[in-house]
Amino acid sequence: MNWLQQLGRAGLNFFERLGRGHIFLFYVLAGSPGMFIRFRLLLQQLFSIGVLSLLIVAVAGLFVGMVLGLQGYNTLVDFGSEESLGVMVALSLVQELGPVLTAILFAARAGTSLTAEIGLMKATEQLSGMEMMAVDPLQRVIAPRFWAGFISVPLLAAIFSAVGVFGGYFVGVGLLGVDEGAFWSQIQSRVDFYDDVLNGIIKSVVFGFAASWIALYEGYDAVPTSEGVSRATTRTVVHTSLVVLGLDVIMTALMFD
Amino acid sequence: MSEVLVRIRGLSFQRGSRMIFDGLDLDIRRGQVTAIMGPSGTGKTTLLKLIGGQLRPLAGTIEVDGENVAQLSRTKLFQLRKRMGMLFQSGALLTDLNVFDNVAFPVREHTQLPEELVRDLVLMKLEAVGLRGARGLMPAELSGGMARRVALARAIALDPMMIMYDEPFTGQDPISMGVLVELIHKINKALGLTSVVVSHDVAETAAIADYIYVISNGKVVGHGSPDELDRSGSEWVQQFMKGLPDGPVPFHFPARDYADDLLSGEKC
Ligand SMILES: Nc1ncnc2c1ncn2[C@@H]1O[C@H](COP(=O)(O)OP(=O)(O)OP(=O)(O)O)[C@@H](O)[C@H]1O
Ligand SMILES: [Mg+2]
Repeated sequence: MNWLQQLGRAGLNFFERLGRGHIFLFYVLAGSPGMFIRFRLLLQQLFSIGVLSLLIVAVAGLFVGMVLGLQGYNTLVDFGSEESLGVMVALSLVQELGPVLTAILFAARAGTSLTAEIGLMKATEQLSGMEMMAVDPLQRVIAPRFWAGFISVPLLAAIFSAVGVFGGYFVGVGLLGVDEGAFWSQIQSRVDFYDDVLNGIIKSVVFGFAASWIALYEGYDAVPTSEGVSRATTRTVVHTSLVVLGLDVIMTALMFD
Repeated sequence: MSEVLVRIRGLSFQRGSRMIFDGLDLDIRRGQVTAIMGPSGTGKTTLLKLIGGQLRPLAGTIEVDGENVAQLSRTKLFQLRKRMGMLFQSGALLTDLNVFDNVAFPVREHTQLPEELVRDLVLMKLEAVGLRGARGLMPAELSGGMARRVALARAIALDPMMIMYDEPFTGQDPISMGVLVELIHKINKALGLTSVVVSHDVAETAAIADYIYVISNGKVVGHGSPDELDRSGSEWVQQFMKGLPDGPVPFHFPARDYADDLLSGEKC
């Protein structure tokens, strides 16, 4: 009986948090128009969230592209179709690995710092202090960070994929001797904008929304102690990764034809 | 315009299963310095947060300037808060802004003043708390007492109609304490605003307060002008004003019998 009770409690807690998360999102979105008037706040956050994640995303993209080049070549060469290496690398990156890995890297690089920052602001009463000064923290602090994350992730995913294709090019064309002309021309003729690129963009937009929402909500909802903030930071990475992978399954199934 | 700015009637508030307030009545009159005193943990900070609308009462009403705080819409509440300043016990400075920008924060958020005016205004407020020279420091570089003075400068930046000070004197050396006491007194008289001071420093508070409430165990146990309280027959008030260890005000958080607890050998 005991574990049944615990299960019930866990279920209730889960749905309660989910509900509060949606209310939070509603207020953030409702408070957003005011933020676009004060564009400087958004620019600051775009810099600290987006620009500073650039290096890690680019390096990761390069490595992933190189690995794809090596692995893909091994398989394709058995069928004598190593000219298709470019297509394989590009499609894997644009449709799947770019959006997914970027979102997970974003959670690790920017999401954690957002959660910790907001959680500590709560623990040190900075958010209450703002409220007492009649400044809405959801509008002043959370909304710019949310939109900065939302805008950054698709752009970062694009950079990830672009750098990754070059990684595959270095390995395939540079090291393994795939024909350079075939590598690029096949990409050009076989990667479709609507079916492939656009689907990838849609994914990364959805992931950017989810990753920013989770990171900020975890911080805002954190228990205001050092332990609470550290737990919330861990949860940001775990939840973002799971949600992104789960959403990826759903969206891939929907886009499948 | 009624004489009473904040009217609290039958206020009850609960944290977990513990009743913090149980039918509290309290009036804060316009233009006066009202002190709220009481043992640590009785809920003085909680009371200020209730007045500011950050917490909602379980029962009873809190009216500020004729408006029931708990029933205001978010927009109305924010409009009311623009006219209230609050000095947090912890200071609550924004850690990513320096001292100058912290004091300028409410001014920049709520007014469209040109930067030169903001600068003059902020420097005046910092001069008042003796920290004009510290304007470039970050909050992490301030001592506890200095941080609180910066928070004070920020609370008075918009010249509110009412200021709530949560323990303004804690952590101040005798000199800055004297200056702060004088400052609170002066802003109150010169600007004709209303001040609520939460403090444990009986002598300092009595020196500037027009009216004092002593609360304990969720209720007002004594109130009156400093002189009246000094002459009060109430044991509660006498114990608190004189700082006596024995009396009706408990020093201990509610607990079971001490000897019992030690001998029981239960795990904590
Ligand atoms: N977030 C919270 N959750 C649960 N209980 C709380 C919380 N904050 C305060 N309390 C409880 O409420 C009571 C009143 O706290 P409050 O901070 O208002 O006391 P105080 O009168 O300001 O004390 P002090 O003079 O030490 O600052 C305390 O006994 C505390 O245990
Ligand atoms: Mg307190």
